Amino acid sequence: MSNLAWIFVSTLLVNNFTLVMFLGLCSFFGVTAKIETAWRLGLANTFVLLLTAVGAWVLNTYVLMQTPFLRTIAFIVVVASGVQIVEMAVKKHFPVLFRQLGIYLPLITTNCAILGLALFQTSRRYNLIESLVFAIGAGLGLTLALSLMASIRERIEVADVPVIARRMGLVLVVASCLSMAFMGFAGMGSAQ
Amino acid sequence: MTAITTDQSTSTPEFVPGTPPPATVVADIWRGILRENPVMVQFLGMCPTMAVTNTLANGIAMGMATLFVLVGSGLIVSLVAKYIAHEVRITTYILVIATFVTLADMILAATFPDISKALGPFMPLIVANCLLLGRAEAFAAKVGPVRAVADGVGMGLGFTFSLSLLSAIRELLGNGSLLGYDLLGPRFEPWVFMVMPPGGFLTLGIALLGLAGIIEFRRRRAERAA
Repeated sequence: MSNLAWIFVSTLLVNNFTLVMFLGLCSFFGVTAKIETAWRLGLANTFVLLLTAVGAWVLNTYVLMQTPFLRTIAFIVVVASGVQIVEMAVKKHFPVLFRQLGIYLPLITTNCAILGLALFQTSRRYNLIESLVFAIGAGLGLTLALSLMASIRERIEVADVPVIARRMGLVLVVASCLSMAFMGFAGMGSAQ
Repeated sequence: MTAITTDQSTSTPEFVPGTPPPATVVADIWRGILRENPVMVQFLGMCPTMAVTNTLANGIAMGMATLFVLVGSGLIVSLVAKYIAHEVRITTYILVIATFVTLADMILAATFPDISKALGPFMPLIVANCLLLGRAEAFAAKVGPVRAVADGVGMGLGFTFSLSLLSAIRELLGNGSLLGYDLLGPRFEPWVFMVMPPGGFLTLGIALLGLAGIIEFRRRRAERAA
């Protein structure tokens, strides 16, 4: 049990997917202009992560033992179809949210955090329960990083920064500071 | 994300060395290297850019692998694009890309096992690099095979160039070496910070601030001259 709690804390903080492992940086830089969209996208990502974790576990356990070289191709198909399912479900049951997320929903397919989760869960040989905890930790960690970044960027919007810092340069320096803060958790050790 | 592209009209003439290239194929190659550099201008493929640029060898390997996948998938996509139904095109492109990534992964593991081990899961993660799907959808699917390959070479070289630059800075300051050769001597105290995750963000951030500074400086000089 403590192992599960450790996987959760480790993925959420110590090895935060975005700020320490560099996964899902496209949405981290592209979608964090407003906090509202940022955390909604984070939660949508968490849901896709959960679906992917289950799909990847099934594939790993029953299909891919004989054909490890098909892993990348098989995983990306799982991710793409998972995103498709989420898109249809959100469109049917939450039309307002669907309009707000717009183009970012299909773009989850090329979010490396999703594929990265499947690959890491494979290389660390997690079982089904561990994979699910891993996915929840990763998703909440992603949401945390996105919301932190969005709140800071909302403040930068109204600040009087130098002309050269009005583009991505300053955002990257801010990301560096956030990442440094998360490195502070590294003292807790890391789960491998 | 799109902020920098607004400046392209003013900065274009200075960026291209010598006379503007006449042939479209040459223009396709140069565009990827300079004006639409994937990392510095378009902010595509940020995950590998940050994750593997802690040593120069890793940066070059990732750049070359991405170049290989860009050229291969660009060629196939440009050949088959008109036979594919509109609804399933993204899935098809992803599958083509995933096939070439698997190939690149196997080739690297067979030729440079050490680098392959260091890159780890970031090698298969090239599939999720938005640069590849972006070029397939926005360029390769709309042109013939020759231009698609030229674009792939240009984008790949631009990507390799940016990655090599970042990883050279990070390895030199963080380790005192380049490609594993000790350059700064035993008295140099390594900046461990540079090879850790925050160093990646900071290096690219400072590079972009510098680039924006150069563009701004040239714009002001042009304004004064006018």
